[in-house]
Amino acid sequence: MTDMEPDETVDARGAACPGPLMDLIGAIRSADSGEVVRLLSDNEQSLSDVPEWAEEAGNELRAVEELDDHHEFYVEKA
Amino acid sequence: MTEHVVIVGGGTGGSVLANDLADRLEPELDAGDVRITLINDDADHVYKPVWLYVPFGQREPDDGRRPLEDLVDDRVDIRIDRVTEIDTDAERLESMEGDDTIEYDHLVLATGSTLVPEEIPGLADGGHDYYSESGAVDLRDELLSLTEGRLVLSVVGTPHMCPAAPLEFVFMADDWLRERGLREDVEITYTYPIQRVHGNPHIAEWARPIMEERDIDVETFFNAESVDPEAETITSMEGTELDYDLLVTIPPHAGVDLIEEAGLGDDGWVDVDKHTLEAEAAENVYALGDTADTGVPNAGSVAHYQAGVVGQRLASEIRGRPATATYDGKTLCFIETGMDAASFVEFDYETPPAPAPPSEKLHWSKLAYNEAYWLTARGLL
Repeated sequence: MTDMEPDETVDARGAACPGPLMDLIGAIRSADSGEVVRLLSDNEQSLSDVPEWAEEAGNELRAVEELDDHHEFYVEKA
Repeated sequence: MTEHVVIVGGGTGGSVLANDLADRLEPELDAGDVRITLINDDADHVYKPVWLYVPFGQREPDDGRRPLEDLVDDRVDIRIDRVTEIDTDAERLESMEGDDTIEYDHLVLATGSTLVPEEIPGLADGGHDYYSESGAVDLRDELLSLTEGRLVLSVVGTPHMCPAAPLEFVFMADDWLRERGLREDVEITYTYPIQRVHGNPHIAEWARPIMEERDIDVETFFNAESVDPEAETITSMEGTELDYDLLVTIPPHAGVDLIEEAGLGDDGWVDVDKHTLEAEAAENVYALGDTADTGVPNAGSVAHYQAGVVGQRLASEIRGRPATATYDGKTLCFIETGMDAASFVEFDYETPPAPAPPSEKLHWSKLAYNEAYWLTARGLL
């Protein structure tokens, strides 16, 4: 388990693709540099969408946590 | 006691539902047991798909407007007003006009989408759109004067109204410019926020090869961060900068503030059960169309089918019976692939779309539906 404290959490559980990624992008858009956004998603596509986008945008995917019914992605804004 | 059904919003969802209920609840309306009020902040009903054709000179904005009074059943009270507050505990609404509060027994929110270009610096000044009447008219002037350079179509935000419309615009622009002998002098670039050209992977897989065949450049993972109208550039969060001579965008969308203020959901979208369309945070409240956060496309066909479901459920509730009708995610959509060809998709929560081969017949079917739409709004089709 990560002990990282996110600055903001986006709960996209239940959203269809590309909803979770777009919710994350929206939160990162309004975040300040260095802030960490936590995305909660139960969409399997997020496991590839989020790392690919984070790399493309130059943000850092700090951690991915697997929980019982969803994943948590911690993304730090560059 | 008379039960009061209040519908907020006179777009496709609100109008179809009002007419559906007027028909379905005829005995109760005649007996005075039920009354229905439709509240809209414009005296006209607007059929927004017409705007796609305005920049190409094929339709006029007035083709997409009809007075609500002409479309909605006489047994429905139409109130031209803007709702300013929803109190779901007291089951009443406040509005701008008049001093009275509006009490309801059943509330349906069909307030639709609004455009918020101001979220992206420079977008309002540098970008054009066909998601508003004025935008479509301005874009027509710009498109007619474009004879060379780069046309950029950028999907800035999702969800947005009519997810197929950005693809339709570039396919139509490509064909229209070819017909005018200008295509070799105008580059077309399409940008999309995620790693494919459409949110739905099946539609994306279908559209991408067509774009390659027609020499439409694609930039994926492009989330617009700012527009510089003077330098004529658009820059993404991912660090890509594109020059443009004509920038057409799908602006960011939002719902209406009063939904978030009422605690019904974020960004103006109501959190609902995606099958029953009942609000999760309040009793006796439904949402439909763009307003309902179901994950299905923001499309007129969705609002149409959802209105039928809500109509059946409300009639059951008013008659003291269990409400059994549910929405299965059904969506129908024509997709223009040029000036005289179109595809068609049909899908639901369980069944993915499989776009039909583009044909002239489907194009004419789409134009025929656009004409027949007024029968849909009346609840007849």
